Amino acid sequence: MTDQAQRMPAMPQSPAKSAVRTALGVPQGPHTLVYRHSMWVRAAHWVNALCLVILLMSGLGIFNAHPALYIGNGSDFERPILSMTAQQNNDGSLTGTTWIALKPFDTTGWLGASREDGQWMARGFPHWATLPGPQWLAMARQWHFAFAWLLVANAALFFAWGVWKGHFRRDLLPDRTNIRHLPHEIVQHVKLRFPHGEAARRYNGLQKLAYSIVIFVLGPLIVLTGLTMSPTMDAAFPQLLWLFGGRQTARTIHFLCAFSFLGFFIIHIAMVVLSGAWNNLRSMITGWYAIEKEDSRG
Amino acid sequence: MADQSRRTFVGRALAGAGALMLGGCYDLSQKKWVTGILGEVENLTRRAQHLFAGQHTLAPEYAKSDIAPVFRANGTRDPGTQEYAAHVATGFVDWRIAVTGLVEKPLSLSMSELKALPSRTQITRHDCVEGWSCIGEWKGTPLALVLAAAKPKPNARYAVFYCADPMTVEGDPDHYYYESLDLAEAVHPQTILAYEMNGEALPVAHGAPVRLRAERQLGYKQPKYVQRIDLVEDFSRIAGGKGGYWEDLGYTWYGGI
Ligand code: HEM
Repeated sequence: MTDQAQRMPAMPQSPAKSAVRTALGVPQGPHTLVYRHSMWVRAAHWVNALCLVILLMSGLGIFNAHPALYIGNGSDFERPILSMTAQQNNDGSLTGTTWIALKPFDTTGWLGASREDGQWMARGFPHWATLPGPQWLAMARQWHFAFAWLLVANAALFFAWGVWKGHFRRDLLPDRTNIRHLPHEIVQHVKLRFPHGEAARRYNGLQKLAYSIVIFVLGPLIVLTGLTMSPTMDAAFPQLLWLFGGRQTARTIHFLCAFSFLGFFIIHIAMVVLSGAWNNLRSMITGWYAIEKEDSRG
Repeated sequence: MADQSRRTFVGRALAGAGALMLGGCYDLSQKKWVTGILGEVENLTRRAQHLFAGQHTLAPEYAKSDIAPVFRANGTRDPGTQEYAAHVATGFVDWRIAVTGLVEKPLSLSMSELKALPSRTQITRHDCVEGWSCIGEWKGTPLALVLAAAKPKPNARYAVFYCADPMTVEGDPDHYYYESLDLAEAVHPQTILAYEMNGEALPVAHGAPVRLRAERQLGYKQPKYVQRIDLVEDFSRIAGGKGGYWEDLGYTWYGGI
């Protein structure tokens, strides 16, 4: 984030247009455009977004080949910690059940059994959530590994750049003040009050914490657990099995990480929309982010 | 870019990405150039994994107490042919394992000749491509010993395994399960022609009388009911040309992940 800035005069507008623009977060009053995200952050961000969506959806396609998770090195088929099953009803429809720690939950239509073009199918996740849509393990795996490579290449460049340019230290890792203000910021976020003016120039503490957890914890964890599932990697690095408590535990952690990513996605996108969709989106595409003059909104 | 045209651009890009995700990936998966790129990714994965794993690192071995009480049998559980049933009835006394192709000394071993060679016993984890794993104990003859006896010619690059289980779907011409490994993986110390599982003769469901164990690979790379091992320079003219039954159906030839 640099301090380059352009001054923009307020624009006269019709009330209807202005209401839409306010909802989208297009600044109304006098504002300054600051260069918020460097080209590297923007490029890495969008490559990453693409990779994560494809990895999540192809991963769910892989999961569907054996929709059950276990703890340890081997699979105890009698005691999966999570599984999805389907049961045929008299009228030809299916009942889908999700078992968590051996307790059944009826998830018909969503998990275990769902409809594809009106046709009932026994499948873990429904066709609209997987990639490719039809059950096709071989292709899901090929997409998964192709985008895993892209994700890792992108992350490697981003890490090298982030360390070299001080982006992590300066912009991402929470500092002591951030941590002290954290409870206050959580309250503010829950009330959907977002930083304005000068305070919006930089990531706030909660943002820093969320991004840091995703980049430094969740990311490495999902890559390493992904590799632990490879028998050849386990021959090269048996420590991986020790680290994660076995291949099937690694698979379970991988799955939990994937859903933590999904949770992050949803909150991240909600925050982007609520704190000014257009301004945020533009800043991640062009780099320029509008900051209102302190007096314009108070 | 003016604000307006930029917005149209972003809108189009988002709509395009959405369409790609929902329908397109299925269609894309059928396109030549896409499968070409995915094939290059497979080569990249294989090279990278070889770089770290080399030829000699061993798959982890486990304790007796880790052995799965029920080891799932997948794929063919009984070849079901008359010939195979006859072999079961006679206790596989007439079963032979032939070593053919690019070798100086073609072989045809009976089960007792195979068992007379030195053996290796290992407790390892079987990883199915579907995602589950089972731990079991295997005893068998290192494939390296059998191949050494047959003396591979210098141009031999792959070992192709031909099996007794028919995979014919109605209407297809007859075909049987087959698989292939490169010679480096074929002579890996844990690659064995296994004839015992958990201390007993190999059950029919697991490939009696002899199956391959290649412990750094997924399950589909470890064929059951092995009858012939053919050394070749390339497999592009065998069956579907991809080096194995599942490979011909779209699975990657490299099965290390
Ligand atoms: C370098 C990165 C990654 C590697 C090497 C990798 C590897 C793998 C492998 C080998 C499997 C197959 C597991 C099985 O046999 O069932 C798998 C499954 C899966 N992956 Fe990944 N993966 C990576 C990144 C990701 C990311 C970023 C996501 C999601 C955002 C993801 C989501 C999933 C899901 C949901 C499954 C299926 C469920 C499971 O088995 O845990 N993966 N991945």
